[in-house]
Amino acid sequence: MKAFTTLEGIAALLDKANVDTDQIIPKQFLRKIERTGFGIHLFHDWRYTDNEGKNQNKEFSLNQERYKGATILLTRDNFGCGSSREHAPWALEDYGFRCIISPSFADIFYNNCFKNGMLPIVLPSSDVDELFQDIEKNSGRTLKIDLASQKVISKNGKEYSFVVDPFRKDCLYRGLDDIGLTLIHEKKISEFENKNKQEYPWLYIA
Amino acid sequence: MKTMFEKIWDLHLVNEENGSSIIYIDRHLVHEVTSPQAFESLRLTNRTVRRPDATMATMDHNVSTRNRDMDLADPISALQMKTLMNNCKEFSIRLFDLNHPDNGIVHVVAPELGVTQPGMTIVCGDSHTSTHGAFGALAFGIGTSEVEHVLATQTLVQQKPKTMEIRVEGKLGKGVTPKDIILTIIGRIGTDGATGYVIEYTGDTIRSLSMEGRMTICNMSIEAGARAGFIAPDETTFQYLKDREFSPSGADFDKALEKWKKLGTDSGATFDKTIIFKAEDIAPMVTWGTSPGQVISVTSNIPSPSDFSESIAKKSAESALQYMGLKEGTRLQDIEVNKVFIGSCTNSRIEDLREAAGLVKGKKVSSKVNAIVVPGSGRVKRQAEKEGLDKVFIEAGFEWRNPGCSMCLAMNDDVLDPGDRCASTSNRNFEGRQGKGGRTHLVSPTMAAAAAIEGKFVDIRNWK
Repeated sequence: MKAFTTLEGIAALLDKANVDTDQIIPKQFLRKIERTGFGIHLFHDWRYTDNEGKNQNKEFSLNQERYKGATILLTRDNFGCGSSREHAPWALEDYGFRCIISPSFADIFYNNCFKNGMLPIVLPSSDVDELFQDIEKNSGRTLKIDLASQKVISKNGKEYSFVVDPFRKDCLYRGLDDIGLTLIHEKKISEFENKNKQEYPWLYIA
Repeated sequence: MKTMFEKIWDLHLVNEENGSSIIYIDRHLVHEVTSPQAFESLRLTNRTVRRPDATMATMDHNVSTRNRDMDLADPISALQMKTLMNNCKEFSIRLFDLNHPDNGIVHVVAPELGVTQPGMTIVCGDSHTSTHGAFGALAFGIGTSEVEHVLATQTLVQQKPKTMEIRVEGKLGKGVTPKDIILTIIGRIGTDGATGYVIEYTGDTIRSLSMEGRMTICNMSIEAGARAGFIAPDETTFQYLKDREFSPSGADFDKALEKWKKLGTDSGATFDKTIIFKAEDIAPMVTWGTSPGQVISVTSNIPSPSDFSESIAKKSAESALQYMGLKEGTRLQDIEVNKVFIGSCTNSRIEDLREAAGLVKGKKVSSKVNAIVVPGSGRVKRQAEKEGLDKVFIEAGFEWRNPGCSMCLAMNDDVLDPGDRCASTSNRNFEGRQGKGGRTHLVSPTMAAAAAIEGKFVDIRNWK
């Protein structure tokens, strides 16, 4: 997995609450058996005016010139709700986003981000409001994210602290493979299974 | 004194450090859409499936409900299904493929085969895995990376969620169903009302429900943002599990029963949060917007954005009304539909079909409506046909299809056209969920059936 230490980049605004994973990556693109190539379909139904994805919808924020090359997405409550599809973070990452800032995330989506080298940051609504206003007013405004100190730093000098679970932070910071980390405890898993098999033999199907 | 959640969690704890826990997983359900990349990654890292016996696969999201021939599906879908077949073969995983008589929606198949049991931890790369909580299992949806993690290690790394009790008390009114209970709950607490929590549904109303009804409620826990939702097992659960193919049998059943009976929350144990609902206050519900929390009773009018105090909710209401092509103040019962979908992991079980069939018997689907019934599994379909329900639906003008997820997410060819308005027994009314430009109203099976006959929403409590 790609490590995440610091990131400085353009922040794009998506001023919507409850953005669901069906919007992030509509179902017609879930039939692929690969992990890559989902970026062009990101927010398909909002981003394009046609089914083929040829005509850009000029109204949609990510199509604005000022957000070209954005690596940070700033959005509203409950981002990533709905389906568990990891295709949603795959599409965001493939498009170029490495960090998403919102007042709240849906549980599964939040988890899925960390597995793909992306950092979802929860900030209080008032902080998110402030960042929205700042970015709206200043075209090309960049933000700096520092995972080690757990801070979002705006070009205007303001800093916003965020909380992240220490285990997830460590994995992301070092780009660790979490299956490998779990398998360090292989002995404990085996011990659990041996004991469990005695107590619940019917859970082990011959 | 422990809650049911704490008991199940503690029974599955393998390791705990730094605020993260390794939790053992008893059952892993797999389907064609969220698994191919996980298997591919296993191969690339030279890892294998730790417990093929604890893993079960079905194909459901992509399948055609018109015919069972994989080669007639579009080539990309067919490749995805064939990939699942190859992966299951390579890693010795039990697969309910299209030719298997018990094929169907993963959250319908596992419970009816007895794969789902009380006290288990169950995961699947699908958010509606919460369905299995109806049996007193801790069941939740995971992403593809976690699917790979479970395949390789039979465990997951988890942060302990908080607990929420949702108590429903009293007698449900005539025509009010479990779907209306869960829609009412989501309407009140919001689509992120339970984010970070596991919900335990309690109270005499919940106790009075069948397993099918309990599954409908637990199924939509995710629509309230919860990691999982569950109900303590009781006599209803134990009776349901007896003699099912994968249930423990003989002396094992009695041993299991002893353990299952101890799973319930101890009296005096505390939840982080408790919310109480009165069954008498619950009416048949219909969603009007593009989020399951945008829901009103069938006797209401479409709300106005100005009814919402918060600016974000106001904005969401405005854009929902626009997408749904609705005007504030319109009587809900004046809204016409042209599509009806009875199916999905929320409402495609035998009881759902019985209730819907009971209502349409001898009536005709409105000439303006195209209505389909998609049973949740091969078993549900066979049982319904044994009872003659298929004939009731067909004679009324419904199409009777083969099992699959179908129009719930419209990954196959059951898709709404732009501007279609659908009364749907599924779980999500997101923009474009059932087809680009399609407009979804979530309802119970009986409300959907009545809407098919009348061509508009009716209050089934006083519909003849």
